[in-house]
Amino acid sequence: MSAAMKEPFSKPLSSHGPDEPIVEFRNVSRSFGSHQILRNIDLSVIAGETLCLIGESGCGKSVTMKLMMGLMAPSSGDVLWDGVSIVGRSDEELVRDRLRFGYLFQGAALFDSLNVYENIAFGLRQNTRMSEDFIRETVMERLKEVGLASTAAYKMPSELSGGMRKRVGLARALALMPDIILYDEPTTGLDPIMTDVINTLIKKTRDRRPVTSIVVTHEMSTVRKVADRIVMFYPLSRLKPDEPQIVFEGTPEEAFSSDDPRVSQFVYGEAGERMQELMLV
Amino acid sequence: MSSSQAQPSDSFIHALGRFFIELILELGDLTLFGLSLLKSLLRGIPKQRVILGCMYEVGVRSVPVVLVTGLFIGMVLAVQTYDQFASMRMESRLGAIINVSLVKELGPVLAAVMLAGRVGSAMAAELGTMRVTEQIDALRALGANPIQYLVVPRFLACFLLIPLLTVMADAVGVFGGWLLSTTALGIESTFYWHHSNKYVAIFDVAGGLVKSMFFGAAIAIIACNRGFHCGAGAEGVGRAATESFVLSFIVILSLDFFLGVLISAVYRLVYAGHAASVWLDSTGFVGGLV
Repeated sequence: MSAAMKEPFSKPLSSHGPDEPIVEFRNVSRSFGSHQILRNIDLSVIAGETLCLIGESGCGKSVTMKLMMGLMAPSSGDVLWDGVSIVGRSDEELVRDRLRFGYLFQGAALFDSLNVYENIAFGLRQNTRMSEDFIRETVMERLKEVGLASTAAYKMPSELSGGMRKRVGLARALALMPDIILYDEPTTGLDPIMTDVINTLIKKTRDRRPVTSIVVTHEMSTVRKVADRIVMFYPLSRLKPDEPQIVFEGTPEEAFSSDDPRVSQFVYGEAGERMQELMLV
Repeated sequence: MSSSQAQPSDSFIHALGRFFIELILELGDLTLFGLSLLKSLLRGIPKQRVILGCMYEVGVRSVPVVLVTGLFIGMVLAVQTYDQFASMRMESRLGAIINVSLVKELGPVLAAVMLAGRVGSAMAAELGTMRVTEQIDALRALGANPIQYLVVPRFLACFLLIPLLTVMADAVGVFGGWLLSTTALGIESTFYWHHSNKYVAIFDVAGGLVKSMFFGAAIAIIACNRGFHCGAGAEGVGRAATESFVLSFIVILSLDFFLGVLISAVYRLVYAGHAASVWLDSTGFVGGLV
């Protein structure tokens, strides 16, 4: 990879201390109109770890990811990259530093009007002065890494299956060799085999070079396979005003042996008293 | 436009207040959007391939609909004005009224309305879908400025190509009016062109084209803004497309009025030598327009 591409990264991953947060939330809250999604969140992502964010739908996991990347601003509190606040900085100021992140969107968010090749090459063309030959080489390499044949390069996104779209989305996220990769529900809607393929790709990506991964997921198979640490969010609508929104923070083993019914019900997929609540509605 | 839904307990004053607050918020939002577009325009223009794609969609693919509309409007004008002119024994002057109406008003306005319907709604729906499917976030994540990448080329295509579409609408309208007047209505072609030439000035054509550029800019800004603020799901996309057309239509007609007043004032100042009366005429709107 050219030196020009590495220029935006303010601090290489290797220079981080073992427990130094690469991304940090300090008392972050976020509301949409009168509807509060996140309340007073304190969270640190340590360089090199794979952090899984779990929790019910609508509890603010995807919003957390967008806040981490600076695609959304918090209503209050502070978001820090390498200890430096990004709140109040404009999109123009953030754009180059943001390239240290790769983002695999929930529905892959491939550009409909561009084919697979152009989708993966987009970030390279936009941010580097690489020759077209080098871009071609990089795109084909990324396609191979995610297990797609070179013939897939000239297909349009509408011609791809769900699993292929996710893999192209991952190839696009990896094209700029990011230090931090955000996976927003990478296996949702996929069959068990494709789920395992994506989980393996997440692991392989981490094994290939030292990246920090943040994975939002409902799938406990993904958590078991990739997570170093788990943070569980709980919907605000089910919490008292003084209760913290993060109800669990620990290793996968600790989550599976947790005494907290909110955690155990989620990780074992048991509705418990929630079923009775639904019946009453 | 955000929906200003009346609450059951609302008094008329509450509803009116809510309407004006939402209107001001919308106008403020459109202004900020326009300013960020201007900022992006000053930073540079997007790649040729992106602009040409938009120009093809906005310009080339709008030609058939603009030609058909222009042709029929010219013929309708001839049919509708013939009886009045014939009753005053002035039917030979039909060319003047048809062509003045076309180049000053109907050509620019109808081309703009066609563009708002065909292109503006499609832009709002396309950008709305991109927003709903997180493609706009993906652009930002990949280091691109969505205004620069998505809005600037669409704005340039609308702003630069609508005058050409207006010229086409004017030309086929003039042709349609002439064809019907000289074949079905029996007007002598020589008189038709003589009076057209006498009453239609180059300033009228230029005025129409200047207006059309404002219309094109308004259509692009409104359509892209609606797309960027699209609500969730298919309903949100559909609403963005509808709002884009309705708002564009209102803005086109409003702009047409104010620009008409301004261009008339400029005409008098530059050509008619009535500099002293310009101010008085333009403040007394109707008197200034006649």
